[in-house]
Amino acid sequence: MTPSNLHLPQHLPKPRGFGRTNRTDSWWLQPIVVFIGLSIFIVYSTWAAFQGVNYFYDGGGSSYLSPFYSPVIFGSEGHPWFGARPDMWPTWLPFSPALLILWAPGGFRFTCYYYRGAYYKAFWADPSNCSVGEPRSCYRGENSLPLILQNIHRYFMYIAVIFIGILAYDAWLAMWFTDSDGVEHFGIGVGTIILTINAFLLGGYTFGCHALRHIVGGKFKEISKHKAHKKAYECVTCLNKRHMLFAWTSLIWVGFTDLYIRMCCIGVWTDWRIF
Amino acid sequence: MSDVTFRIWRGEGEESHFEEYKTEVSEGMVVLDAIHDIQAQQAPDLAVRWNCKAGKCGSCSAEINGMPKLMCMTRLSSLDLEQPVSVEPMKTFPLIKDLVTDVKWNYDAKMTIKPFKPRAPEAEDGTWRMAQDDVERAQEFRKCIECFLCQNVCHVLRDHHDHDKYIGPAMFVKAAAFDMHPLDVEDRVLDLKDEQGIGYCNITKCCTKVCPEHITITDNAIIPLKESVVDEFYDPITKLFRIFKPKNPTNEI
Repeated sequence: MTPSNLHLPQHLPKPRGFGRTNRTDSWWLQPIVVFIGLSIFIVYSTWAAFQGVNYFYDGGGSSYLSPFYSPVIFGSEGHPWFGARPDMWPTWLPFSPALLILWAPGGFRFTCYYYRGAYYKAFWADPSNCSVGEPRSCYRGENSLPLILQNIHRYFMYIAVIFIGILAYDAWLAMWFTDSDGVEHFGIGVGTIILTINAFLLGGYTFGCHALRHIVGGKFKEISKHKAHKKAYECVTCLNKRHMLFAWTSLIWVGFTDLYIRMCCIGVWTDWRIF
Repeated sequence: MSDVTFRIWRGEGEESHFEEYKTEVSEGMVVLDAIHDIQAQQAPDLAVRWNCKAGKCGSCSAEINGMPKLMCMTRLSSLDLEQPVSVEPMKTFPLIKDLVTDVKWNYDAKMTIKPFKPRAPEAEDGTWRMAQDDVERAQEFRKCIECFLCQNVCHVLRDHHDHDKYIGPAMFVKAAAFDMHPLDVEDRVLDLKDEQGIGYCNITKCCTKVCPEHITITDNAIIPLKESVVDEFYDPITKLFRIFKPKNPTNEI
């Protein structure tokens, strides 16, 4: 038997119009906050990605790399893997090291189960909030194109896990300061703390991913027979319970980290060395 | 003691509408108490379904001030009593009369889920052995009281009336309860994808929000089932691994 064979309910109440509800609470507040928050981040991160400069701060012997630009595959600042912009890069095509890598964390967030629910509500009003009327009658959900492509999420997750390693390494590099004699010393600056918190929050978000939770243990019916998977599943589940919290704190912090390094580069802010 | 105004949905079919009633309420009352007072004193023909008054039978589902809730578990002290309190029937199912809806479709939809199919018993006495850790995950779903508030709030059913291609969150909880059971060997993934429409869920988490048993429906039932569908149909690497994986006689994943 399938749902299409069932005796379907007749005379269903007519759906309410867009935004209509008998809810008496401030149901509109949550989608508006999400809309504003995500919009600010998208506008700022797009602007920052196209700048192509002021993403690496080495003042005072420090070594701070903006997470929007890490890793630098080709570029003029920081420590690019393969040197400056390749000669074969078309002149008409804007170049920024961030544009080469931001598709991965961007895709990870765009296809994230938490963000999907949040932006379907805030940007598509599908629905705006629970038991609130919708603007359109046609609905295909994630059952067909284009939203069926959201199922690619786990591939973005694999890449995002690699990025966490890279960002943790960036935080480690930010703990080493070069003095005037060219000797490296361990130290902590405000930027070091900001980059370390950034790696921690992004790690909390990435390792709490629903797809990761399924892959490391959720798919096993008898997980007790797989001790390592069981432990990993418990850890991911622990983070997954706070997925929304990490999603927002890491989003805000990664933007702030770029802003901090950018402000230091252009001399608006001073990076204080703690020791 | 104070007088509170209730706007209660009355009537059948197209003729149904809100009617206002004033009744005296006191400390400790829940919405169902007020409805019973109104029924006893002012509207003896008011139809309301209820049974246990303890949040365990799932009978008194309704929409209180627009949010799907159990009437017996909604304390009046949690509502703004300065304003009229609206009480209306669930919007996803056909109205029978007043606050009572016909929820039969849910039981029919449940029948579309392949039943629990245990593997062959491994013990000589024809019984099985399971680890508590393995059973725990499915036990959360056993708390479901079939109030259908999650079905009611799900916009796929509520606003789009896709009852013919989507079975709804309560049924995905049932499917997950079977599917995550350590003894179960049935394969439900194709049904979930093609017949039961799990792809229609767009993870608004409204079902989780309204569940009176606090079952984490979206995170613990629907998303894992969606991921199982990804394993089977949308992940070429997993498919590749499966080709080289030795066959498991117990069908354990």
